[in-house]
Amino acid sequence: MYPSRFRYEAPRSLDEAIATLRDGGDYAKVLAGGQSLVPLMKLRFASPELVVDINNVPGLDYHRADPDGTLRIGALCRHADLERSVLLKAAQPTMAAAAPVIADPIVRTRGTLVGSLCHADPQGDWASVVLALGGSVVAQGPRGRRTIPMAGFVTGPFENVLEPDEVAVEAVIPPATGTRAGGYLKLERRVGDFATVGVAVALDISGGTVTSAGIALTGVGGSTIAATDAARALAGQPLTAQSIEMAAGLAAEAARPRTDHRGSADYKRHMVHTFVTRILRRAGGSGVDGTGVAGTAERAA
Amino acid sequence: MTMVYEDHGDEISDVPMRRIRFSVNGQKKIAEVEPRLLLAHLIRRGLGLTGTHMGCDTTNCGACTVLVDGRPVKSCTMLAVQADGREISTVEGLATASELHPLQEGFKEEHGLQCGFCTPGMMMAAKALLDENPDPSEEDVRWALSGNLCRCTGYQNIVKSVLWAADKLREEG
Ligand SMILES: Cc1cc2nc3c(=O)[nH]c(=O)nc-3n(C[C@H](O)[C@H](O)[C@H](O)COP(=O)(O)OP(=O)(O)OC[C@H]3O[C@@H](n4cnc5c(N)ncnc54)[C@H](O)[C@@H]3O)c2cc1C
Ligand code: FES
Ligand code: FES
Repeated sequence: MYPSRFRYEAPRSLDEAIATLRDGGDYAKVLAGGQSLVPLMKLRFASPELVVDINNVPGLDYHRADPDGTLRIGALCRHADLERSVLLKAAQPTMAAAAPVIADPIVRTRGTLVGSLCHADPQGDWASVVLALGGSVVAQGPRGRRTIPMAGFVTGPFENVLEPDEVAVEAVIPPATGTRAGGYLKLERRVGDFATVGVAVALDISGGTVTSAGIALTGVGGSTIAATDAARALAGQPLTAQSIEMAAGLAAEAARPRTDHRGSADYKRHMVHTFVTRILRRAGGSGVDGTGVAGTAERAA
Repeated sequence: MTMVYEDHGDEISDVPMRRIRFSVNGQKKIAEVEPRLLLAHLIRRGLGLTGTHMGCDTTNCGACTVLVDGRPVKSCTMLAVQADGREISTVEGLATASELHPLQEGFKEEHGLQCGFCTPGMMMAAKALLDENPDPSEEDVRWALSGNLCRCTGYQNIVKSVLWAADKLREEG
């Protein structure tokens, strides 16, 4: 299978990339890891006239923490970089848990977190993670830079708020208000399959009290779901059996699963409950070093 | 090297050709490619290196895995123009004129293949693993090969083959 014919530019700076997009006419596409865009172009679901490959733009492959703890993930930071990241293992259990269960190891060599957010696949795992963490996307265009909260970044399946001449340059995760805890659990039929159910939980705990909480769900609705009521049930109090049960119940209620080849709606809703409970119990028990959320992909036949 | 493209009736000069320089298995190359040409097709048709197989053409099976600057990539999901300035390694680069690579020996010794269709991709994914981690556990091998599908073997012997090669490579130092 071939993509349809397109013009290709591989700019060497961000400014050049933006200028190329601005002059590029109606249908230009940024190419990052290509692990969603190239398959779509081969199937002719996408037929851009111009492809602007940002892989030669230097200085976008970072992920780093600012002195205040803000985490920044550059547009060319690959899933595999995050999977191997010592920084995430130490400081960011939700992201550390998710990185190894995105796609398969070879797709992870090229695919990017920022590209995944831009792609806005309702089944995408990173969108839930970044939503639960209260993160945002930084876009740069001819009119400068702007920061878009993840909650307002995606407008529908495969649609985001970026202007045609804007490049998403990084994703930003705000600093913790306490000690980080949480995780990502994904039920998948096999490696490389999209989630039957995915649950992202991000907590900050201070002095035994949950100071902030985010919960988001993958694969159980037409879009990524922010389970805000469930998160609210946790904030401002210690993690107890009752608060965990309350949050799990509210998250299951927030899910809008459909019966399909991956499982029945009831089963998926049940798994949301199970995963929220499991992550929260581990967060309560094993603290915050990420080791409590080992084995993050539960594989089912 | 000549590539032939479909003629859609547009002016020849409208076909946006690009000249790229890259290396394949250590040999420097120059190619003129249309941007929509996939790396897998450059390798198979342009270079005539048909050891790189295409199974699914949808980024699922890993049969087309090659190394780009040492990292495993599904060559059906990368554009050939993106190889500009990069080093490509394919299964043909594993053996020397007289000797099999330990991975190839391992697949032979441990019966790591049946029809052989998935084998080049398996070997290249395994090479990427062993370059990074010379002493992998069985679990490490299973994890590294989890993006490669085999319809024949049931994987057991593939895993044994890679562990065999790892032992051999460590012995050779
Ligand atoms: C076999 C397979 C299995 C997969 N499984 C999973 C999975 O389990 N979970 C999951 O979450 N994902 C999965 N994916 C998708 C994968 O994670 C992709 O890497 C990701 O969705 C897109 O990232 P990319 O860098 O490859 O983006 P690309 O494919 O390059 O781009 C995707 C889209 O985003 C736009 N874009 C990309 N970067 C930018 C930018 N910086 N600025 C503006 N626009 C941009 C592009 O124009 C395009 O529209 C899978 C993919 C494959 C092939
Ligand atoms: S042919 Fe490329 S992944 Fe199957
Ligand atoms: S040996 Fe036949 S597909 Fe693997």
